[in-house]
Amino acid sequence: MTQLRNYEAQATDFGNPNWVALQTIVRTEIRRFTRIWVQTLIPPAITMTLYFIIFGSLIGQRIGSMNGFDYMAYIVPGLIMMSVITNAYANVSSSFFGAKFGKFIEEMLVSPISNQTILVGYIVGGVARALAVAVIVTGLSLFFTDLRVHNVFAVISIAVLTAVLFSILGLINGIYAKRFDDVSIVPTFVLTPLTYLGGVFFSIELLPSFWASIAQLNPILYVVNAFRFGILGVSDISLVWAYGILISLTLVSYMMALRLLQNGAGVRS
Amino acid sequence: MSTPALSIQQLSKIYDNGFVALKGIDLTVERGDFFALLGPNGAGKSTTIGILCSLVTKSSGDVSVMGFNIDRDFGMAKRHLGVVPQEFNFNQFEKVENILINTAGYHGIPRSEAIPRIHHYLKKLGLWDKRDVMSRALSGGMKRRLLIARALVHQPDLLILDEPTAGVDIELRRGMWDFLSEINQQGTTIILTTHYLEEAEALCRNVAIINHGEIIARSSIKDLLATLHTVTFVCDLEKPLSAVPVIDGYECTLTDALSLEVEVDRGQSLNAVFVALSANNVAVTSMRTKTNRLEELFVTLTSSKDAA
Repeated sequence: MTQLRNYEAQATDFGNPNWVALQTIVRTEIRRFTRIWVQTLIPPAITMTLYFIIFGSLIGQRIGSMNGFDYMAYIVPGLIMMSVITNAYANVSSSFFGAKFGKFIEEMLVSPISNQTILVGYIVGGVARALAVAVIVTGLSLFFTDLRVHNVFAVISIAVLTAVLFSILGLINGIYAKRFDDVSIVPTFVLTPLTYLGGVFFSIELLPSFWASIAQLNPILYVVNAFRFGILGVSDISLVWAYGILISLTLVSYMMALRLLQNGAGVRS
Repeated sequence: MSTPALSIQQLSKIYDNGFVALKGIDLTVERGDFFALLGPNGAGKSTTIGILCSLVTKSSGDVSVMGFNIDRDFGMAKRHLGVVPQEFNFNQFEKVENILINTAGYHGIPRSEAIPRIHHYLKKLGLWDKRDVMSRALSGGMKRRLLIARALVHQPDLLILDEPTAGVDIELRRGMWDFLSEINQQGTTIILTTHYLEEAEALCRNVAIINHGEIIARSSIKDLLATLHTVTFVCDLEKPLSAVPVIDGYECTLTDALSLEVEVDRGQSLNAVFVALSANNVAVTSMRTKTNRLEELFVTLTSSKDAA
């Protein structure tokens, strides 16, 4: 009976998340992407290895140095962040939409779980996959260049914050998605162009001033440069601005996702 | 007096497309009851259940589960509620046991405590050998039983079953009836929606009939059946008849040479029918009601409402 009361307290006290439920969602999410590792962990490893070979080794030799670093070393931080962004987003959008499509999202909706717990659970799952891929890609990059971490705090905090932000955005995509196509539209037509234009392969100093100003509207530019600062110690933009924008976007998107869940958007009729 | 297991007051639901699914229904189900919620397709049964488990947002009204309001005491209301839906809404790519462990986890029950409970229900519902099987590989009947196990894993006080025996063979259906009767006797309140009216008659003590979003009948099954004015009996005859026998006060129809239908009003005696048939040298080998009595009443109630 005492145990029963504990569950009841957990179920109703939304100030404190239901830890068992949170662990369950996180465990389920991690088990999902590790079970299908051929679809989730191997493709980014292959894609990034190709980037390292083609852009880093082959083309990079002809480009020479960028901001004082050889081209391979310069693009590695951006490529790691590209993996973090795409995998955090894809994990949560596809998992949430899959649960909606298969209707097993209802298992959570009929349970005494707060929307906050559902949201945090999916975010942690997305962060776990993004960081797992980041570690794999970082390990692969060591075959092509020497990496020395300039600022550990910046590396970890930017990687985690970025994974959190894009996990939330993936969840919002999953909430709105009605078909499988809807899950791939944003990554294809928004995320990929923004990532390519977000300073992964070049410094915005190379751009004419007008386009450099336009580029600063791209949030991925801040993410890539802040992470590059953490690894190499160089950045095209102010680190304070990068943290400010990243934290602000994360908070706004978190509140938006929470509101959507509370309103039952896409999951309740 | 204890609070009812379910209390619904002035519940209404208007969908975005303007369809009025529920028109301010009131319904109370007492604790320990085995209650049938009946109605034709589209009557509002699934909308009502959807609102109870928060898959459908109500337009207005109040709902309490075991005394806990689903808006104000969201967590407690859900803690006490188990739902077996019509559709298979579990992860088809998850193992049977994991589905139950996850559901227990969503209810805040730690894995160590959930597992013995899960094993109990897996054995009880004949799924023990399938615990490590992907749920998509289960037969339809097994999937239905998995839904029941999942709804019970947090040991709810109120269990709602939305057509739990749809597509289940007779043997399995009987097994489910026994199981549901057992957990009802142990104190779990059960609300059942079903299209098999003999199922409702066999299991349930009280009934509500819903049609076009309104409760059109609410009483004990016994009282409801007592309102049935006429029962039609089908007599199987030993020898073929060419003409309908005349029995004073009873309407008879010969559906084929060996089947005689006799309409018996409430208060009329069946003995008189047999006496008359014997007098006409008509031998009856067996007899049955034309339709299930509850079914007859259900059709009468819902069709008269439609006609109105």
